[in-house]
Amino acid sequence: MLSNLRQLFRYRALVQTLVVRELKARYRGSVLGYFWSFVNPLLLLLVFSFVFTEIMPRGDDVNVEPYAVFMFCGLLPWTWFSSSLMDAANALIVNGNLIKKVMFPAEILPVVSVISNMVHFLFGMPILIGFLIYNSVELHPSELVWFPVVVAVQFILTLGLAMVLSALTVHFRDIKDLLSNLLTLWMFASPIIYPMSFLSARAKGFMDLNPFAHLAISYQEIFFYPGPFGHWKWLLALAFAGSALFLVGYWLFDRLRDSFAEEV
Amino acid sequence: MAAIEIDHVTKIYRRHGHSRRYATLKSALLTGSLAKDLRPEESFLALNDMSATIRKGVTYGVIGRNGSGKSTLLKLVAGITKPTTGTVRVNGRVSALIELGAGFHPEISGRENVFINGVMLGLSRREITKRFDEIVEFAEMEDFIDAPVKTYSSGMYMRLGFAVAINVDPDVLLVDEVLAVGDEGFSLKCLDKFSEFKRRGKTILLVTHGLSMVERFCDEALWIDAGKKRLVGDPKRVVQMYLSDVELAEDLLLAAQDAKAQQTPVSPAPEVVAVEPVEAAREPDIVQEPEPESEPEPEATSNAESEDDDAQPDDMFVAKEGRWGSGGVRIDQVTLEGDHGPAHVFHTGERLTIRMQVHAPIEVDDFAFGISIFSNDGVCCYGTNTHIEEMKSKSLQGDASVSFVIDQLDLVGGTYKLDVAAHKRDGFSYDYHRLLYTFRVKSRTKDVGIYRPRHEWNFSDNVEFKPDTGGSSDLALDDQAPAADSDSDASASATVAEPAEPTE
Repeated sequence: MLSNLRQLFRYRALVQTLVVRELKARYRGSVLGYFWSFVNPLLLLLVFSFVFTEIMPRGDDVNVEPYAVFMFCGLLPWTWFSSSLMDAANALIVNGNLIKKVMFPAEILPVVSVISNMVHFLFGMPILIGFLIYNSVELHPSELVWFPVVVAVQFILTLGLAMVLSALTVHFRDIKDLLSNLLTLWMFASPIIYPMSFLSARAKGFMDLNPFAHLAISYQEIFFYPGPFGHWKWLLALAFAGSALFLVGYWLFDRLRDSFAEEV
Repeated sequence: MAAIEIDHVTKIYRRHGHSRRYATLKSALLTGSLAKDLRPEESFLALNDMSATIRKGVTYGVIGRNGSGKSTLLKLVAGITKPTTGTVRVNGRVSALIELGAGFHPEISGRENVFINGVMLGLSRREITKRFDEIVEFAEMEDFIDAPVKTYSSGMYMRLGFAVAINVDPDVLLVDEVLAVGDEGFSLKCLDKFSEFKRRGKTILLVTHGLSMVERFCDEALWIDAGKKRLVGDPKRVVQMYLSDVELAEDLLLAAQDAKAQQTPVSPAPEVVAVEPVEAAREPDIVQEPEPESEPEPEATSNAESEDDDAQPDDMFVAKEGRWGSGGVRIDQVTLEGDHGPAHVFHTGERLTIRMQVHAPIEVDDFAFGISIFSNDGVCCYGTNTHIEEMKSKSLQGDASVSFVIDQLDLVGGTYKLDVAAHKRDGFSYDYHRLLYTFRVKSRTKDVGIYRPRHEWNFSDNVEFKPDTGGSSDLALDDQAPAADSDSDASASATVAEPAEPTE
């Protein structure tokens, strides 16, 4: 396991190159190119704003203004999370020729999926910053230092899941289809477009079991809610759980590794 | 010093979930077979206790039939798969020309893809920058390098992939049947590049079906059969042994076909053979009017045949295989023999004996034997019979043997079919076997046509040729090689060598 991790580190140049390839390929061949990073979240903002103001207006007791800032706190990380998993589930199959024909550590592929979507997520941050400035939200440096921590926790958690999914999809092709539905459900089951205070006490109890809820709340604590960062205990627990998941995921990936070249 | 050491390597491929092409998670969860589906169910032994040592600077060819484990061996050396047991050690940087342009992304430019591909093959960005111009020049891609790869033709794609891989500057180069890249000019450039590698003392492992490549380029050759090492050593010898083994397999196949053909029922009516043959022969209405003597036998026979079966086409050249006749004389068995007994594969210039076991239940005085040879596309190459060669039949009864000996089979390479027949002088068939026997002629010369007259070339002094390097320019040497090597019999090679002797 340790040597595997070391090997992964040795291939960082390759990871970097592949991430760049992913990003370039994503923006190439489209008119707006890089600006899709902004346009997509903006369109989603439009949709959800419309739903929550016109179709099912929120009660007055639930105050989520400015809504754009609130929503982007959850939506941008969610996009990173869900796209990573979707990409990772496909990664081994799409890049089958690499696994079969080139000496190539296969775990690089899910890693690249997660990292390239993370870069994409970071590219999207200016839109959040823009709305922060527009609404002149005050930020506290003591809260901002938590941002990289939250990103790191999300990274390890996503990577763990990505490892499991990419390895299993080689054997079970329907995971892709299940996954897209599952992710839609997961999104609406997370406090992304509605705040936690929207929920009943019982629903909040369930929400504690949702790892992404803690990530979303952490982002919201940093950028949206006033007051000190209060979610760190949950975040710490999630960091441990995420690391454990990563190790288990990597172990599983390693176990199934030999079957990839034959099954892809 | 060994560049590659393969030590008792066994590779077993496992197949998962064989009963369905793709298992679904849904079914796995529903039937609780998740763990079972991830366990291998079938295994395939691709390499079986293979050992080989490839010395540094050696060009090493691996040959063998499809599915013999060549590519698996290459993948093991490349590190793409790991051996099930045993070890593979490679000293130095490896570059594998297995999948050209692996990892090219269609949306981005050739330039960027060169970098990505280079990194994938183990180069640093600085090394790629240094070699970039050389790569592009080698690929002849100067004009298109900034266009997205999706706009490339497949030839351009392969050329660029090849150029990157070859410029990795490996210590060990693995090549898997990739020389069919680009046009003639580019292929030559690739060959030059290989030669350059060789000169610089690099190790090349070449997996190919191009046997002449192996003979020309390799210092050593390995023949793998069904995952096991069959022979290793001098490329010429290994290739010859391999070729004769392939011929043996062809022989068996043709023999099986012939065995099937021999069972073809006698066509007009099987009972004709069963009833008193002489009586059948005396049936006046099927006796054909006598043919002129000069008429070649096969045609005559087919005319006779058309009398009692109108559906049969008159034209012998489109005739289908079959067997017919009255049975007055039966051809019970036909064997083709080379110098070493029964065979179905012959080399140009070898001796071919067609041996017939015949049987006449009742004494006959009017009989003739004939044979004719057809090329695979139905052209009659040669036909004759004892009657047109003016042998007067006198008596035949009981079991007898008839041989037709072709001293030198001067046919070009190809597959040929044989008619044999026993019939009356006027062409009435006793037993006619139409195209029932197949043999193959092998020639290392790619000359064309049907007949290969014995010949030689003469030149005045100012016409010069390079010394023979295994190319196809020298007919005599090319032809002599297989027979001389594969047969220990000196007479065989002497026979083959003869065509090149002066014939004036």
